[in-house]
Amino acid sequence: MAEFYGVTLDSPMMLGTAQYPSPKVLADAFAASGAGVATVSLRREAGGGQDFRALIEGLGVHILPNTAGCHSVKEAVTTAQMARELFGTDWIKLEVIGHADTLQPDPFGLVEAARILCSEGFEVFPYTTEDLVLAERLLQAGCEVLMPWGAPIGTGLGLNNRYGLRSLRAQFPEVAMVIDAGLGMPSQAAEAMEMGYDAILLNTAVAQAGDPAAMARAFAMAAEAGRLARGADPMAPRDMAAPSTPLIGKAWLE
Amino acid sequence: MRIEINGTSQEVEADTLDAVLEELGHPRESVATALNGEFVPRGERGDTRLREGDRVEVLAPMKGG
Repeated sequence: MAEFYGVTLDSPMMLGTAQYPSPKVLADAFAASGAGVATVSLRREAGGGQDFRALIEGLGVHILPNTAGCHSVKEAVTTAQMARELFGTDWIKLEVIGHADTLQPDPFGLVEAARILCSEGFEVFPYTTEDLVLAERLLQAGCEVLMPWGAPIGTGLGLNNRYGLRSLRAQFPEVAMVIDAGLGMPSQAAEAMEMGYDAILLNTAVAQAGDPAAMARAFAMAAEAGRLARGADPMAPRDMAAPSTPLIGKAWLE
Repeated sequence: MRIEINGTSQEVEADTLDAVLEELGHPRESVATALNGEFVPRGERGDTRLREGDRVEVLAPMKGG
């Protein structure tokens, strides 16, 4: 199983903590998913932060703070520094957003912020695209994990660029990789794991489902199925039919 | 002196970051702070003097994806 900066996770599920109808629904979804990582953020203090912190700590999972909403290197770096103090972890989900409509990462700012944070001892989980050159630069910057998007955040469109994601996985077989963002249905999680990704990170598809706990469980089962299938060395697809039942010994009945 | 805290302009009496947090009732141990866009670690707040017009951010844990 892949390691995330020295941490081996029992579950391939990483789950966000936003958009749930209530704290109880959030906790139920985490329990149902078996997720080992929870993403969180920082926002202006307005009361309630302590209750949320207690809720998250009660989940007993690894905390992965994000820099969501940051559009510049400086914003992202300062947010990461504040997150490290607040949550007591070197882990940071690095988001440097470059495009308002698609929330696509700014690849140039992402590499620069990753370089700064890695040099300061952060363990960076960069939210990136499937771009191979960008991936290479992030690894050179010191990242040991990559988190390519499946599709733009919150869209539920699944794996938008299968060729690109397969290519990325094949190019860096030793790097821990998480499909982050865009997953809408469990079948897409299974496919991501079948491709060889090490984990999935999602939020909206679970939190906004009519029954978040059931959907969390469905994603967990699908991800686990995909992981098992990947490890089982799948057959290669072929265009021509090939009978599975032996022809030898078939009766002459004409 | 008048400073900006979390986007709101406020008149404060204290002149260090740590004292301003206390004056305004922020839970000092459970927030992270920045001054004019630069992170100020908890241990440096007491020595961080504020000036008229400074921009302070006080952040707390929040849900996120």
